[in-house]
Amino acid sequence: MSSIREFFASRVGIISVGAFIGVFAALLQKLGNPGNMGICVACFDRDIAGAIGWHRAAVVQYLRPEILGFVLGAMMAAFAFKEFRPRAGSAPIVRFVLGMLAMIGALVFLGCPWRALLRLAGGDGNAIFGILGLVAGIWIGTLFFKRGYNLGRAQSTYASVGWLFPLIILGLLALRLIFPQVPDKDLSGILFYSIKGPGSQHAALAVSLAVGLVVGLVAQRSRFCTMGALRDLILFRQIHLFSGMLALLIAAFLTNLLLSQFKPGFANQPVAHTMEIWNFMGMVVAGLAFALAGGCPGRQLFMAGEGDGDAAVFVLGMIAGAAVSHNFGLASSPQGVGPYGITAVFVSIAVLLFIGFTMRQKTA
Amino acid sequence: MSELIDARGLSCPQPVLITLEKLKSLNQGELVVLVDTDTSKENVIRAASSLGWQVKDVNAAGVEYKLTLEKA
Repeated sequence: MSSIREFFASRVGIISVGAFIGVFAALLQKLGNPGNMGICVACFDRDIAGAIGWHRAAVVQYLRPEILGFVLGAMMAAFAFKEFRPRAGSAPIVRFVLGMLAMIGALVFLGCPWRALLRLAGGDGNAIFGILGLVAGIWIGTLFFKRGYNLGRAQSTYASVGWLFPLIILGLLALRLIFPQVPDKDLSGILFYSIKGPGSQHAALAVSLAVGLVVGLVAQRSRFCTMGALRDLILFRQIHLFSGMLALLIAAFLTNLLLSQFKPGFANQPVAHTMEIWNFMGMVVAGLAFALAGGCPGRQLFMAGEGDGDAAVFVLGMIAGAAVSHNFGLASSPQGVGPYGITAVFVSIAVLLFIGFTMRQKTA
Repeated sequence: MSELIDARGLSCPQPVLITLEKLKSLNQGELVVLVDTDTSKENVIRAASSLGWQVKDVNAAGVEYKLTLEKA
């Protein structure tokens, strides 16, 4: 057990995990997931919001098993290594709002940091602006850290607090099994499904769930985090997590080459638009929100699986944010930004700056 | 008496940030850091090593860790 522990904490460990995610994300695209969206935590949370009817955008409704696997896999790893730590109470309402804003920003760009890398690995040049925005957003976050920004301490708490989110996830899995997709129907029992669009493109349930579980297991062990990767690089000049992020990009790129999925260009990329400024600004919002919340959307899922109730609140905020994004016309589409997307970017930045400037507590 | 940092309950990157700040101001000697997640434990140890500090002791007490760092 301790040698496994050491492996995943090592440089080789984090690189292996990044490479694993890159290879399997590209493979999932081959197996049915949407283009350059083998794994996208933001998009998949958004699809889940659609599946349970929180928004009714017909093309993005699917209860993505990968997300369920992430949480359950991370939970298994946490139990196996005695790291399941029920904890909560660090500004939950702020984390909920940060989750919402992160999602609003990510849906202006059309992807989480993982998908930004996968888009680049698939040849989508628009992703460059998103990644630059992500770096800029996280850099602003580090300025707040240096001024003493923090959300206050979490407390150890009842085991049930840590259990609740994984139980919600098990409940969603049960719904997915009870109400499977019916061909050419957009409703099965109480779950919505997409008949066309990205929501209709998915690998088989067992494949998606299995990949999700393994990613959850190894990512919990290695603390894989794309926001942390850039943050630690900027703040501490530390390349540990960054090497994992780079491995994801390279592994996905090579896998795409092998599978003939690499198509360089800017126009007509899958589930992407070409508005450079808003690709950039969307990810500034998302990057700052992830930084202020202490983790990229993937990492928040893994922490929620470890019993972190505050991370769970962030995830619920993201799902609610997806509903808001689609119900209010904030989310982009391949045609470009939504009718209120640009307004949403500015409102989001204002709220993020408010949080960043006002939440300073002396901790030391 | 060694200096003490209580980083329990703080999210990333706070434990590392306040530990590094302290280590830089001390420059040498002994520092005790309290953390309550394995992630924070690993991150603090990694950051301390990068400044040439040694981990003298890792003491697990219930759901917490008491890390003793030293530099001669």
